[in-house]
Amino acid sequence: MDKLLAGNNVAVTEDGYLEDFNQWSKEIASEIAAEYGITLGEDHWKVILYIQEQYEKGVPLSIRSIGKSGVVSIKEFYQLFPDGPLKRASKIAGIPKPVSCI
Amino acid sequence: MKNLIILGAGTAGTTMANLLQKRLKNTEWNIKIIDKNTIHYYQPGFLFLPFDLYKPKQVKKPIEQFIPSGVELIQQEIDKIEVEANEVLLTDGTKVPYDVLIIATGTDIAPQEIDGMLGEHWHQDVFDFYTYTGAKNLRDKLREWKGGELVVHIAEMPIKCPVAPLEFAFLADSFFRNKEMRDKVNITYVTPLGGAFTKPKATEALNYLLEEKGIRIVPDFNIESVDGANKKILDYGGKEVNYDLLVTVPTNMGSPVMERSGIGDDLNFVPTNKATLQTLVKDNIFAIGDATNIPASKAGSVAHFESEILTENVMRYIKDEPLKEDFDGHANCFIETGNGKALLIDFNYTHEPVTGTFPFPGVGPLRLLKESHMNHLGKLAFRWIYWNMLIKGKHIPFVSAQMSEAGKDFSNN
Repeated sequence: MDKLLAGNNVAVTEDGYLEDFNQWSKEIASEIAAEYGITLGEDHWKVILYIQEQYEKGVPLSIRSIGKSGVVSIKEFYQLFPDGPLKRASKIAGIPKPVSCI
Repeated sequence: MKNLIILGAGTAGTTMANLLQKRLKNTEWNIKIIDKNTIHYYQPGFLFLPFDLYKPKQVKKPIEQFIPSGVELIQQEIDKIEVEANEVLLTDGTKVPYDVLIIATGTDIAPQEIDGMLGEHWHQDVFDFYTYTGAKNLRDKLREWKGGELVVHIAEMPIKCPVAPLEFAFLADSFFRNKEMRDKVNITYVTPLGGAFTKPKATEALNYLLEEKGIRIVPDFNIESVDGANKKILDYGGKEVNYDLLVTVPTNMGSPVMERSGIGDDLNFVPTNKATLQTLVKDNIFAIGDATNIPASKAGSVAHFESEILTENVMRYIKDEPLKEDFDGHANCFIETGNGKALLIDFNYTHEPVTGTFPFPGVGPLRLLKESHMNHLGKLAFRWIYWNMLIKGKHIPFVSAQMSEAGKDFSNN
């Protein structure tokens, strides 16, 4: 389905994750973040860029691996993206919903 | 002579020793299996032990009993794998050279990864049931426990047998009902997942069962620490859950050998090709079972299905033929739901568990994703199959390594 984000029609999943990372922009990220009441600051962007890099490298993400990344501690990760930080940060970063399909 | 070395004599390693002993010519290959332990545990039994449903002797046998003649069992601790030199270094200083290496070192609980989990309260009012000692100590506790807040908890994914904690909650409900003290016990299921299980269809069915049994669920709980003095667990987001008895599945990690060898991921699991089971470490190193990082369940059934494909691929590797990309992530798990009933789920990388019949399409006798007494009998029968067929590498009739789509209802997918 399509959703109007930052003036663009963007293809998203039922849960609101972007279907195509190529459609992502910083404006779209800010708008999704606003739905959670998050205003993106410098620390948020550091995390977003990190998880996008990992996604492009095909590395599966976990809260533990982000805690070990040196970018943020797990505690800070929760403060930046409260309630389900990995899911929220992934959605804002325009990458698919993280799966723990095991 | 060439050498094939298997690290670990658990479910996966023992099965591989039995399968390869039949396939490799003993005039050309030495097969060795290395494991410091002397006891082979039937790990699915750890679920029943705390409730006095199995006796300790039903879940343990000597390791050597299952190693076929013609395979050398080395009972020493492994220090590390020297990938460049194609050698395994043992802690006593011995070097064991190999041409082909199979890593089957499994996974273990790592309670030390969670702040405050270990301490005076460990195995007093905080228990695991993923080790023989944990399951047995918990049995002793449950025999005398007078009731209160029972919290069944998963620290983080992935864990071995992802349905086991749910089964524990279901069996606990049944156990306290039978003891006529269910009204004195509140059961809470605390998980880092968004619901009862990792797959949506099964989660729906399982959430329903939790509700029916009056088990409260606390989802999306990522544990930061255990406060043993005040008997509560805390998550990073500030949530707290109080307990009188905490039954936890701590962080699961692969063998520290992988860390010492520099070949594991951040949980010491070995990066492995999910279709061929060849590791990404080096061409002559393969991995099977819980030790890999592949996105399949860490479960005995998965190790069993992998073993058929890995045997084929080891033979192909030796003959310099291309490997078969055949492993589809097939898992097949009984889920005990209490009161002599169980569910059965059958799934793979791409197909989540659905309803249907198994193993004969339209006939059964087992029902997928539905509670039945027959499924429970299937789970009990599995112990005999495990000791007598599975780890001896005998083919289990009617159940194939790759998942069958027949007899399943995928209409709502």
